[in-house]
Amino acid sequence: MNISSNRRTRDRVITILTYMAMGLVLLLPFVLFFGLAFKSELLFRDNSLGDLLFSSEWNTGEGKFGFKSFIVGSLYVTLVAMVITAPICLLSAIHITQYAPRKTAGLVTTAIDILAGIPSVVYGVWGMIFVVPFVSKVIAPVFGVQTTGFSILSGGIVLAIMVIPFILNILIEIYRTIPKELTEVSLSLGATRWEVIRDVLNRKALPGVLAAFGFGFARAFGETMAVLMVVGNVAQVPTGLFQPGYPLPALIANLYGELGSVPQIESALMFAALLLFVVVLIFNAALRWFIVKAEKY
Amino acid sequence: MDREENLKMRLMVKSHEKPARTGRKLAQEVAVRACMNIASILIVGVMGIILVSIFYKGISAFHWTMLTEDTKAGTFISIGDPGGIRNAIVGSLYLALSSTLLALVVGLACALCMNVYMVKYPRLLHTARFLLDLVWGVPSIIYGALGMSLMVFLGIKASLLAGIITVSLFVLPIMIRAIDEVMKTVPVGLSESVLSMGSTRSELSYKVYMRQCFPGIVTAVLLSFGRAIGDAASVLYVTGDNARIPGSLMDTASTLPVTIFNLINSPSAAAQEKAYSAAFILTLIILCISLLSRYISKHYQKYRIF
Amino acid sequence: MEQLQEKSAIKVENLDLYAGKTHILKNINIEIPKNRLTVILGPSGCGKTTLLKCMNRLTDLTPDIRVTGNIYIGDQAVFGSKTDIVALRRRMGLLSQRPFPLPMNIYNNIAYGLKLRGKYSRAELNELVEHYLRQVNLWDEVKDRLRSPAVRLSIGQQQRLCLARGLAVNPDIILADEPTSALDPVSSEAIEKQFSALARDYTLVMVTHVLRQARRIADYVIFMYMGEVIEMRPAREFFEDPREEQTRKYLSGAFN
Repeated sequence: MNISSNRRTRDRVITILTYMAMGLVLLLPFVLFFGLAFKSELLFRDNSLGDLLFSSEWNTGEGKFGFKSFIVGSLYVTLVAMVITAPICLLSAIHITQYAPRKTAGLVTTAIDILAGIPSVVYGVWGMIFVVPFVSKVIAPVFGVQTTGFSILSGGIVLAIMVIPFILNILIEIYRTIPKELTEVSLSLGATRWEVIRDVLNRKALPGVLAAFGFGFARAFGETMAVLMVVGNVAQVPTGLFQPGYPLPALIANLYGELGSVPQIESALMFAALLLFVVVLIFNAALRWFIVKAEKY
Repeated sequence: MDREENLKMRLMVKSHEKPARTGRKLAQEVAVRACMNIASILIVGVMGIILVSIFYKGISAFHWTMLTEDTKAGTFISIGDPGGIRNAIVGSLYLALSSTLLALVVGLACALCMNVYMVKYPRLLHTARFLLDLVWGVPSIIYGALGMSLMVFLGIKASLLAGIITVSLFVLPIMIRAIDEVMKTVPVGLSESVLSMGSTRSELSYKVYMRQCFPGIVTAVLLSFGRAIGDAASVLYVTGDNARIPGSLMDTASTLPVTIFNLINSPSAAAQEKAYSAAFILTLIILCISLLSRYISKHYQKYRIF
Repeated sequence: MEQLQEKSAIKVENLDLYAGKTHILKNINIEIPKNRLTVILGPSGCGKTTLLKCMNRLTDLTPDIRVTGNIYIGDQAVFGSKTDIVALRRRMGLLSQRPFPLPMNIYNNIAYGLKLRGKYSRAELNELVEHYLRQVNLWDEVKDRLRSPAVRLSIGQQQRLCLARGLAVNPDIILADEPTSALDPVSSEAIEKQFSALARDYTLVMVTHVLRQARRIADYVIFMYMGEVIEMRPAREFFEDPREEQTRKYLSGAFN
């Protein structure tokens, strides 16, 4: 067949254009990394990496930039969130895929969809009008603690709810892809429904479940606005659930406002972003590698 | 096979047999199922509590003039009524619409590139998808930081344009993944038959992929739009503030999420009330988008070629 | 339907099954003889697998299924709210189309079912595992790697492992759903041989759509078509002197 040269040229042009778009997008992670690294270079002139990561001294006026409080704050809030959310997600995923009648499952998935769509700021607002008073007036008195409610625990609770849709969707997918026949043969061995889930399905799903929690952790680690609005933002190493914390993303968001007062601030902001970026990236890359390995097993 | 041996074994198993349902097993099953029900009820319940409290607080403070009036300048720090939020709503719509459009153009090109051209090189494709997965997980605040430093680097001031670039970078991975997921489902046979009829690859892209994946692309756009309009962290300082509707791309612009954030952190009680209403409006917009995308994906399922 | 001369192990009475609004099984009445190999034969989509799964009520796993009539294993009804389905399922082993080894090592694939139902000493378990692996001629192939994951075995080995797993828990009845359809000819022949031998001590019900396989090993044949049982007779009579028009057509290859 004869393809006119016009069509051929057009084909070539379009091909080149799409490859260019693709190339541009694939450059994005590298641009992000090197851009942030380049910008945070200034900070390294007066501070060693060890100081930056492990010192908790933070005084922008004197040029002291120790990120320990923020790193610990981030880890603390995220861990609290994961401890709350992991069992709920796992139980609900098993419930939806194994036990629930179709209507119930539909109801829960609709709820997940709605939760997934709610913007971060709205979670923040809700956290301020609901979770913060709840923590200060209901939970803290039980433990005999006085708190404003703006605390690691509030941040953890809000964050836990925010990552539910993210984790639960992955978990549901994992349990759905386990072949039904595996349940059938296990039932035929004389196991009860729960024994099948406990001994067979959970074991089969284990690598995927761990990966889902890992992805959830990375997602929660980078979440900004909602946490920022309820954790209190006091630059100190938090020692308890009811104390305020100051996670990395919140630091980045607040540093914007101080921009221009000291030249190193921009650099500190970029370093915080770089830290966050590297942690999230390493997590995601490691988990993908883990999944590929686990599939072969 | 030794029948006697077998019989011996069967007798041995039989002698060990315990009743199928012991009390402990039953109790365990009941307990676990109760926990599962609680977990699911908790999720639905929390969703309900969030919606109810946002709606309740929002509606009681809501007044129509919020939609028709602009913010009174400089009211976030002062005490008193901050006025309406029309400027923020329109600013957000401008921002979200144009960045979604930008991301759609680039994202569509990328998704087509992967599914039409790069399928010939599986390893390259695999690497591309891996990199995309990595960017997909990057938190929005990092795009905010990047946008900030880009602005400083290029010498642009905080503006709608800077916001559009930042947000489109942020939604791009989301857009590409959503479109790619749909395009992956186009059967190889279909594209082979179109190619064998003498089409070039670029013609294949829009003859087959665009048409076959249209509903998927629409839902991807809606998903990205929802993200773009709801995200505050990426545009916290990139677009600046504007007490009026932005007049040009280089003008500063207020956005709805950032306005909510500023209002609720204001010491003025009236401003906080406005924040609740604004949050209610934003939630309403998001819910409409999610309903629309549900409707579209259901409706168009019927009109697919196969 | 004529009365069976032999003692029956499974009795299906007026069984109807609907999935949503589709009528899948239509008024099934059959008796399956004890310690014989009965083959359920028929073109694909005729409801053979569904009938098989009704026998140990795996239909519970699918929502929107409605059943009327009943199946009796001995004197116990399968469907009914009072049925202890776990106890009932223990009397029946299941071999599925493709092998589905449990996500455990080879040893535990066999020991798991035993541990569920009683307390065994280490030595007893070892003895049982070895015995049942020998019974399916797998012992010599796997005795050095009992602790490695079962999924690493070949498909044929996996299917034999699944058979051993099913036998180990001491069922009276073995249900098999096209157990050789995913296997190579050699493994498939091995499974067939096993089945013929097992039929002396177990009641076997096997679903297949392979006519030659049914001819080779069946004692009794149930022929199904479009959700109905067309005829059920001893294998020899069935193949040599089919009564119904549809059976004759099927045997001459008109359906497949």
